[in-house]
Amino acid sequence: MLLTPSDLQAIGLTLQVASLTTLILLLVGVPLAWWLARSPSAWSRPIGALVSMPLVLPPSVLGFYLLVLMGPHGPVGQWTQALGLGVLTFSFPGLVIASVFYSLPFMVQPVQNAMQSLGDRPLEAAASLRASPLDTFLTVVLPLCKPGLVTGVIMSFAHTVGEFGVVLMVGGNIPGVTRVISVQIFDHVEALEYGDAHRLAAIMLGFSFVVLLTLQLYNRRQRVRQA
Amino acid sequence: MFARSFLRWQLLALAAMAGSLHAAEANVAVAANFADPIKAVASVLQKTTGHTLKITVGATGGLYAQIKNGAPFDVMLAADTKTPAQLETDGLAQPHSRFTYATGKLVLWSADAAKVDAQGSVLKGEDFRKLAIANPKTAPYGAAAVEVMNKLGLSAALTPKLVQGESIGQTYNFAHTGNAEIAFVAMSQVLNEGRLKNGSMWVVPQNLYAPIQQDAVLLKRAADNEAAVALMKLLKSDNIKTLIRSYGYSI
Repeated sequence: MLLTPSDLQAIGLTLQVASLTTLILLLVGVPLAWWLARSPSAWSRPIGALVSMPLVLPPSVLGFYLLVLMGPHGPVGQWTQALGLGVLTFSFPGLVIASVFYSLPFMVQPVQNAMQSLGDRPLEAAASLRASPLDTFLTVVLPLCKPGLVTGVIMSFAHTVGEFGVVLMVGGNIPGVTRVISVQIFDHVEALEYGDAHRLAAIMLGFSFVVLLTLQLYNRRQRVRQA
Repeated sequence: MFARSFLRWQLLALAAMAGSLHAAEANVAVAANFADPIKAVASVLQKTTGHTLKITVGATGGLYAQIKNGAPFDVMLAADTKTPAQLETDGLAQPHSRFTYATGKLVLWSADAAKVDAQGSVLKGEDFRKLAIANPKTAPYGAAAVEVMNKLGLSAALTPKLVQGESIGQTYNFAHTGNAEIAFVAMSQVLNEGRLKNGSMWVVPQNLYAPIQQDAVLLKRAADNEAAVALMKLLKSDNIKTLIRSYGYSI
């Protein structure tokens, strides 16, 4: 397998974007999933729908709105400029933010499902032992939801690695900054560099197979354990 | 003998009538810089012949890759001369159908009316964050932009500020939304009826890049497609040449 330096750069960049996105999603998505799973608020349904929207929206829709919102004339762009952060389109941070939106449901949904299937009993038991809500969340809820968390982490990471439409619109194909693997493959194909395209595409194919297989084996082991 | 040739004439006349009654349709692959003009050309074609065009706009290189892989196009309007010639070599184009329908001009453009000066010296300053160009590998206008930056000796200074669009259309969008303050785009994208639509531009002098001659070619599968053949003929007419010129091309 002979990868060009720009291929390797794209791979490195993709891994950075995916890791950072997954980390942010753990910090943001897990509390959000908890709120969606437990909140009696009437708002939880519309917000749950909003969180799931990237599953069904074309990436070009998400990319288009982010391009306009984060651009220099958009509200988010005005705000980041006022904060001295500059404009985020065509930048690495901008790409990470876009990825967080794009992969949000892949973290929130499995975690929320796991939290909902917990039921009230572990929480009542913890409360009767005078555990604080935060203590309960960290030492009871999260360990019991581990399978959901593992699925969320793996799916968010893998889904971000495969991102294309959003990157192309808000990233703009800058080598080393926003040119991720999928865009690099697109570039190879457009330039008729099929050999290069094949090598990278084959890596992605292998990667996604291994990820999904690992997840299946893990889930089966969890079920066997529970049984 | 007489009866047979009479019958043939009748059939031919019938075929001609059927042709005018049933307007044909052609799929046209169009380089992104020609996106606006082709719509005007298509409406002229429909008014004069009844034929309709289905238009796919993209980067020349990308469209070529699609055609190579069996995309059902009848005509290709490229942004260069190389790609149509290659299609001919590949045996995908109708021999002797190739001709130049326009010669494009490169401009440096900004949506901001005060940004680009008449000498293009904005390129030498620090007054912008991003400069958008089309992907030079697939879009001839991108390759021309790279040539200009090299000739001006600004490549090294500008490289950190570059952002690439996949086609000249996406490049224009980057600048149009203000995400890139300035962009090298096709003159046809920023003109309407010979006048600058908005923003500011520098018409890059012709000595800074090789002429962007744009060739059209009829593809093999379209030899009998009346709409495609009519489009090729229309593109050579004086009326359409005038129309094309109004978008800032020379021809």
